[in-house]
Amino acid sequence: MTAAATLLRPAEAFPQAAAAPPARVAPAATAPPVKIFRFYWFGLAAVAAWALLGAVTLLFPDKPAGFVEEWPYTREFGLGALALAALWLAATVAASFRGLGKRAEFVTDLYRYSVPWLVVLGLGFTLWETLTAKTGELEPPFFAPPSSIIDAYAQHYALLADSAFNSLKLLAKGIFWGAAAGFAIGVAIGWSKRANYWIHPILRLLGPLPPTALLPIAFFFFPTSHAASVFLIALATGFPVAILTWSGVAGVNKAYYDVARTLGASEWFLIFRVAVPAALPQVFVGLFMGLGGSFVVLIVAEMMGVKSGLGWYLDWAKGYADYVNMYGALIVMTIIFSSLISLLFAVRDRVLVWQKGTVKW
Amino acid sequence: MVAAAIALQPEEIPAQNASRIQAAHVRHGFDAPGGERLEVLEDVSLDIAPGEFVALLGPSGCGKSTLLRLVAGLEAADSGALTQDGALITRPDPSRIVVFQDPTLFPWRTVWDNVALGLEAQGILKQGKSRVDEALKKVGLDGFARSYPHQLSGGMAQRAALARALVNNPKLLILDEPLGKLDSLTRLEMQGELLSLWQRNGFSVLLVTHDIEEALFLAQRVIIFSPRPARIVSEIFVDRPYPRHRGDAALANLRHEVLNQLGLGKSW
Repeated sequence: MTAAATLLRPAEAFPQAAAAPPARVAPAATAPPVKIFRFYWFGLAAVAAWALLGAVTLLFPDKPAGFVEEWPYTREFGLGALALAALWLAATVAASFRGLGKRAEFVTDLYRYSVPWLVVLGLGFTLWETLTAKTGELEPPFFAPPSSIIDAYAQHYALLADSAFNSLKLLAKGIFWGAAAGFAIGVAIGWSKRANYWIHPILRLLGPLPPTALLPIAFFFFPTSHAASVFLIALATGFPVAILTWSGVAGVNKAYYDVARTLGASEWFLIFRVAVPAALPQVFVGLFMGLGGSFVVLIVAEMMGVKSGLGWYLDWAKGYADYVNMYGALIVMTIIFSSLISLLFAVRDRVLVWQKGTVKW
Repeated sequence: MVAAAIALQPEEIPAQNASRIQAAHVRHGFDAPGGERLEVLEDVSLDIAPGEFVALLGPSGCGKSTLLRLVAGLEAADSGALTQDGALITRPDPSRIVVFQDPTLFPWRTVWDNVALGLEAQGILKQGKSRVDEALKKVGLDGFARSYPHQLSGGMAQRAALARALVNNPKLLILDEPLGKLDSLTRLEMQGELLSLWQRNGFSVLLVTHDIEEALFLAQRVIIFSPRPARIVSEIFVDRPYPRHRGDAALANLRHEVLNQLGLGKSW
């Protein structure tokens, strides 16, 4: 079949040869794609919720609160909500068709999946906007309407981006060294009795100590607060990684070693081709826990001594009682940290593709 | 087409493909939790000729598997000597491969990578890639090279474990109840496959089993162990030509005799 198809190509290249075309397969064999229209009524709920948000934002005047006459970016926020409502309407119509092709169906299926959340989000934003900007039930400066967070980003985006970048840099250094050291220590104490004799007691004693408790001392001992923070983040990451790598290596089915040894494996092979891959699922649990710990240390360290980063930004905004800015920074933090955990799980899914039935993040 | 071409080539059985295994007055035990030494093997001597198929039968927990571990070189005997072609067995070697009751495939490796394990461990995988493909073909798993172990059935997993052993061209195949966990139909099928692999490759085989019928169907010689501490109670030569038939009356008589030796004659 493939050979025949390739043979046809020269005939197409030379038109004179195509004068006597080879017999073609009857086109009747391919059925026309089935298109079915069935209106997706539930999709309108998302449209309604976001249209309500736009209407409430645009039609009702803001209640003057203290020094604020009208909240900035109210108009843009309202128009944005209406634009999204229009987008949901288009998606609802698109989702009413079947047989649009694979890619289009991926999008419409995603929309169908998201509609319940879109409804809740639209109503939630409406409630938030109403209670803050419109009625003043929740008072500034502790509470702020969603539109005002746009203002915070518009004013401070450069500083915020710089802070996020510095936080990520610090975090990356700490996690890298912590994960590397924790992994090496875990393999060592899982494999070697002597390493276990010397390192295990230290780990047992110092591991449970919260790295944040060492902050003041670390700031004193290290040349810069940056270096001290890298060390403490590494400590927070390294401890769970070391413990779980150790338990993974120590828990490897002994029969795997027997098999590998009868097949002629060296000690190097037993460690890096048997023990380490067998322990990897545990290592990833350790990394997950370590990442959580590292976030805590990062923010606390930046609040207490480092002169940059999102933790510092929070502390700086607190100095001005600028709660809107704090909400803005918190949202950025949420997105960054959640993305990092998602990234870890994506890497795990790739590396541990051989496992069945793993938890989806 | 390719498979047919290979099957047409007559497979030679070179004599150097098999080892002579000898055990002389082997004793071995374990440290029991109470601090005492638990004797497992008590003066075991045996001699496996090159290319011979020998089965060990005995009550469970009698120390058959311990003997296998000693022959494999995974443990050193308390006293006595084990030799392979006259040389003392001191450590594991790819010329003596064990197939365990559990397939113990590495779950993080594909079937192909599992079979390639021995060549990789010995650092000769680059030259031996075709041997991996051949071994997979021998056990009929060439279509599953890229599968992961959890996607295989019990019988397929055990076949993969066999291929992992065969790829090393072992001179002695040590089988520790390799079919013990398979369902009875798959087990009968795999017994036939084991035999044809043995006949085509010519290695010596030391098989531990607790299935009398299996031992008599496969082995040229059946060695019967006493309860722990194990001694050799008797040897039975199964002097029947291959291919054997399960309904063979001579095999049935031998079965009766084995049951007698194991003290279960009354159940006949």
